Amino acid sequence: MKSNVFEKDITVLREKAKTLRMEILKMLTEAGSGHTGGSLSAADIVTALYFYKMRHHPNDPKWIERDRFILSKGHAAPVLYAALALSGYFDKSLLLTLRKLGSPLQGHPCSRKLPGIEISTGSLGQGLSIANGIAIGLKLDSLSSRVYCLLGDGEIQEGQVWEAAMTASHYNLDNLCAIIDNNGLQIDGHCCDVMCVEPIVDKWAAFGWHVLDINGHDMKAIVGALNEAETLKGKPTMIVARTVKGKGVSFFEGKVEYHGLAPTHEELERALKELEG
Amino acid sequence: MGERIQKTNPPLPPFSKGGHGGIIKIATRDAYGEALLELGKKRQDIVVLDADLSGSTKTGKFAKAFPERFFNIGVSEQDLIGTAGGLSITGKLPFASTFAVFETGRAWEQIRQTVCYSNLNVKLVATHSGITVGEDGASHQAIEDVAIMRVLPNMTLIVPADGYETKQVINAIADYHGPVYVRLGRSKVPVVMPDDYEFKIGKAHTFHLGKDANIVAMGIMVAVSLEASKILRNEGLDVGVINMSTVKPLDTETLLKASKICRLIVTAEEHSTIGGLGSAVSEFLSETNPTRIIRIGIKDDFGCSGTSEELLKLYGLTAEDIVKTIKEGLK
Repeated sequence: MKSNVFEKDITVLREKAKTLRMEILKMLTEAGSGHTGGSLSAADIVTALYFYKMRHHPNDPKWIERDRFILSKGHAAPVLYAALALSGYFDKSLLLTLRKLGSPLQGHPCSRKLPGIEISTGSLGQGLSIANGIAIGLKLDSLSSRVYCLLGDGEIQEGQVWEAAMTASHYNLDNLCAIIDNNGLQIDGHCCDVMCVEPIVDKWAAFGWHVLDINGHDMKAIVGALNEAETLKGKPTMIVARTVKGKGVSFFEGKVEYHGLAPTHEELERALKELEG
Repeated sequence: MGERIQKTNPPLPPFSKGGHGGIIKIATRDAYGEALLELGKKRQDIVVLDADLSGSTKTGKFAKAFPERFFNIGVSEQDLIGTAGGLSITGKLPFASTFAVFETGRAWEQIRQTVCYSNLNVKLVATHSGITVGEDGASHQAIEDVAIMRVLPNMTLIVPADGYETKQVINAIADYHGPVYVRLGRSKVPVVMPDDYEFKIGKAHTFHLGKDANIVAMGIMVAVSLEASKILRNEGLDVGVINMSTVKPLDTETLLKASKICRLIVTAEEHSTIGGLGSAVSEFLSETNPTRIIRIGIKDDFGCSGTSEELLKLYGLTAEDIVKTIKEGLK
């Protein structure tokens, strides 16, 4: 892990995350609507999963030994679509059909329409239960595949998340790693003002999870946390990834109004220039 | 179409050929517990989930025999549905059970978003439906579940009439791919389906087609309707009975046939008359063959505590109530 190869990997992943962000911005601008802030905040995490950690075959989306990814915060669909396209699940040009009539790239992920999507999401709070079910099923079949589930911090206000939190630790689902994209904002404002979810780390620890608290934009930290989760036996791991909503584009960062707003063409131009640096 | 219409009142098939004449009584939930156990022996892909009611839903039998394939999710119905959904994604065949009011009401949106929208192979088998839950009262009596499950795309909805049919239903849905909701009860009900009966999803069973009226019933109301039909036929009225156990997809062929030979269709359900079987039948016939329809069921009301028998009387769900309704309807 300390080798130069690792350092090189991290650099490559950082570049990949940048490409992901650019694709996210382009498809959202073309769509004219969608969730910019929460897609950008999750870009580094999703990059680390799809281009470093997860075992998957884009040519065989139903490969039985694949690792599974559940986007519980379904409104961040653009980041998942970008990761799938750049992995080779489908042609990149399809990204520009996001949210358009007839497109498999629905406003929120639909498993019946797009290969690579494990389960349709969009109604918050449901993904972790599904991830638990998959994790149990994999264990029953003695498969070593792992399950990753990405949640939002606003999302964990849903009661079902805590039902699922109990189930995961009750059944010792150590093949499950959940990640909270903890960007601190939700539609109506700061999470701490709308409905405080802190202390997040203590809550998950109290529910029997192994909890890691990291900077969700530090690629080395993300990779390290995902690797640690894999080695941990006996309990599920929760990575609390501290992120910035709209990360990567200075004029979107930390702005609650960009939760559900797409960039204008002018904003896109500025944003791409910024990312290209 | 005419070959099944009898010229004179024939003897009632269920009472003459098998079906035990309604003498044997078993609760559909008991039949479920047995069917699940048998299925578990045959198929390794079957997994069962419950929400702390395995003793009542009878999934406990499976749990005892196959503990490694049984998952108690605790008192958390939303998580129950989601976990079942996840298991189905890995190729397992999950049966998720709890009381009907909690399974369909508490977790409706999980059933909509996770199970139906993604068309997952999840079997939702709920017990304790309707007012015959009895003493526990309205909080535990689901009388809206058919309405709220029927409206969901991709959903198949089955309400078996007795224990015999329940066993066949459980086997049939295990071989069918897609979401299914099966509505079972707590109380013992007479076995009325004939011995040679074969359940098929989407196929109603016609006991007899009447020229005066036909009762389209589901669940426990099939036995009650057969009793009513017997009384009416003794009084010279030719009243038939159809067990519409698959409420979705509705057996429209049978319905159309019945509606064309009689003056009155009566629906009978232990469920609200809003959105249930009566609504489904009315929706179809009003568009295809407008027929006079009277819906017997619970009239926009909640249940209450009492014995099953007392409650069936109180809410107008006895054979005598059906007889009275049909006589008035035919006037």
